[in-house]
Amino acid sequence: MTNLDSRGMIEAEVSNQAQMRYISQQAADARLNVEIETEGMTLNMGPQHPATHGTLRLVAKLDGEQVVEAHPIMGYMHRGYEKLTEVRTYPQVTTLINRIDWLGSFANEVPFILAAEELMEVEAPPRAKWIRTVLFELSRIANIALFLGDMGVQLGAVTPVFLAFRDREFVLNQIESVTGGRFHPNFDRIGGLKDDLPKGWIDDTKAVMVKMRDFCDELEDLIMGNEIFQARCRGIGVIPVDKALEYGLSGANLRASGVDWDMRRDNNIGMAYDECDWKVWTHPDGDSFARYWVRLQETREATRIVDQLLDSMPAGPVMAKVPRIIKVPAGEAYVATENPLGVMGYYVISQGELTPMRVKIRTASFSNMSISPWLLEGVFVPDVITILASLYFILGDIDR
Amino acid sequence: MAEEPTGDVDTVEKDIVDAVEEDKPEPDPAREAVVEALADAIGSALVGTHIKPGLDTTVRVARDAWSETLAYLKNVQGYRWLEFLSAIDWLPSPFGRDMEAEQDWIVHGRDEKDLPAMQTGLAGGDTRFQVFARLMNIDTHMGITIKADLPDDDVSVDSVVAVFAGVEWHEREAWEMFGIHFNNHPDLRALYLPTGFEGNPLRKDFPLLARRVKPWPGIVDVEPMPGGDDEEGDAT
Repeated sequence: MTNLDSRGMIEAEVSNQAQMRYISQQAADARLNVEIETEGMTLNMGPQHPATHGTLRLVAKLDGEQVVEAHPIMGYMHRGYEKLTEVRTYPQVTTLINRIDWLGSFANEVPFILAAEELMEVEAPPRAKWIRTVLFELSRIANIALFLGDMGVQLGAVTPVFLAFRDREFVLNQIESVTGGRFHPNFDRIGGLKDDLPKGWIDDTKAVMVKMRDFCDELEDLIMGNEIFQARCRGIGVIPVDKALEYGLSGANLRASGVDWDMRRDNNIGMAYDECDWKVWTHPDGDSFARYWVRLQETREATRIVDQLLDSMPAGPVMAKVPRIIKVPAGEAYVATENPLGVMGYYVISQGELTPMRVKIRTASFSNMSISPWLLEGVFVPDVITILASLYFILGDIDR
Repeated sequence: MAEEPTGDVDTVEKDIVDAVEEDKPEPDPAREAVVEALADAIGSALVGTHIKPGLDTTVRVARDAWSETLAYLKNVQGYRWLEFLSAIDWLPSPFGRDMEAEQDWIVHGRDEKDLPAMQTGLAGGDTRFQVFARLMNIDTHMGITIKADLPDDDVSVDSVVAVFAGVEWHEREAWEMFGIHFNNHPDLRALYLPTGFEGNPLRKDFPLLARRVKPWPGIVDVEPMPGGDDEEGDAT
């Protein structure tokens, strides 16, 4: 019995071994086959991917886990602002262009107004310049605060974004109490501002700036030292300086590649940045981590700029003398400013009418995003999210 | 031709507010030097220049020298940062200048004398379409606008993707919005518009449908604000 049993078992074992050998050979053949005829896969991200502020569709061709080529497909938010500005009077244009980068709306208005002021040879009074600069920096803080939290979400950390939404609200409240709008202030006017600051606003804002500095410290503790954050961001998505310039990257994306250039310091037109003491932050690495680091430092620096300007705020009117119906003399002017997302500029061509003849809107995200096909080539799929998030674009700012 | 620097520098102190360039614009040696160097490099292909002292430079070049100019500015003059590339349609709008109800020529008809002459901007221009690009030198912090005329019967220009890789999307946008063809562009297809869209929306003769369906009240809207001063009564 036992013999028979044992023999039977042995036989069974032998046949199992033969089977195993057969299976493993088959598998080896199959692996070989896979290597010979690799079949790429097309991964379609979006148009409603949460990593995008807006609707971006990304078609990525994959080889295993690696991206072979990536094609962003835009246009889901194209609103034709360049055409619409041709049928709007100059004061009406600000209503539209508010909505380009909807997280830092006030900053969108400023370069256009400055370009119109250049054509009209009007200059805003000092107090208006100061308030403009303060609101500009508040927009920057509100805008980048969301990025600082959102980047955590892309890496699986949910807490920072709640902190960001909580603390951004303080800044938005300050913007709202001046302009009446949380997101779309429509407050900047050719020749100055719509109104002066409300009573007690300066002290409130200073308190908010303290809160925002705490917010930056908190995020620095929470995210920057985090092991997972470092592993996912260090050395990922490196942009060399040459490429960054050639693709027209700007803002923190450019400074994270080590370029020491900031329009606020170097090409300052009609703003009060020269009146305060501040620093341009750069990082030599050019990777996702550097971009996050630079933005965090810039947010903190912006709170310092706001504090200084609030202290040195001159008295006086906030509006220069301008005609009631604004006709801008014929000419061309280009003014760009350092917006939260990067350099934004308006090339305004006027022919002496109520409406501009052509407005070319140069937005930061468009250029920042145009490097993505080059940058995403060869990266792993999970890094696509990190890289896109660290480039920080807003779809309204790409599509216009 | 390059603007010649004003011979003797006017050292008389001017009242800054009132000295809005009367007859003698302040000289801007740095910008003039760039324009002169460009004139030396591309010769007669430089057909127009304009300098706003302390602010801006605009040059107009022949279409054939388009990519040569950009390459020269990038490689020799250090204009390494691409700001944008786009196009301008100088045709006076056939729908009235302001697209306002009173001036809507489609609705009210028009006389030939109403049709305004085509104007052109800084550094001049002879044709309806111009392609223009802006570069920036991030060391000297000076920007420059480069324009080129495109003849009506052949609205095309060489692509500069080989010079500035980032121009690819800008050229795609100009192609779909203005119908300007960029020779040797690697992937000239629509950037924003859906496949099969007909027409080039930013051309002046492309009607803005929303305005055709419902005419804009335009000037009628502008009334004095009750109790308002002369600050503004428009668009608020």
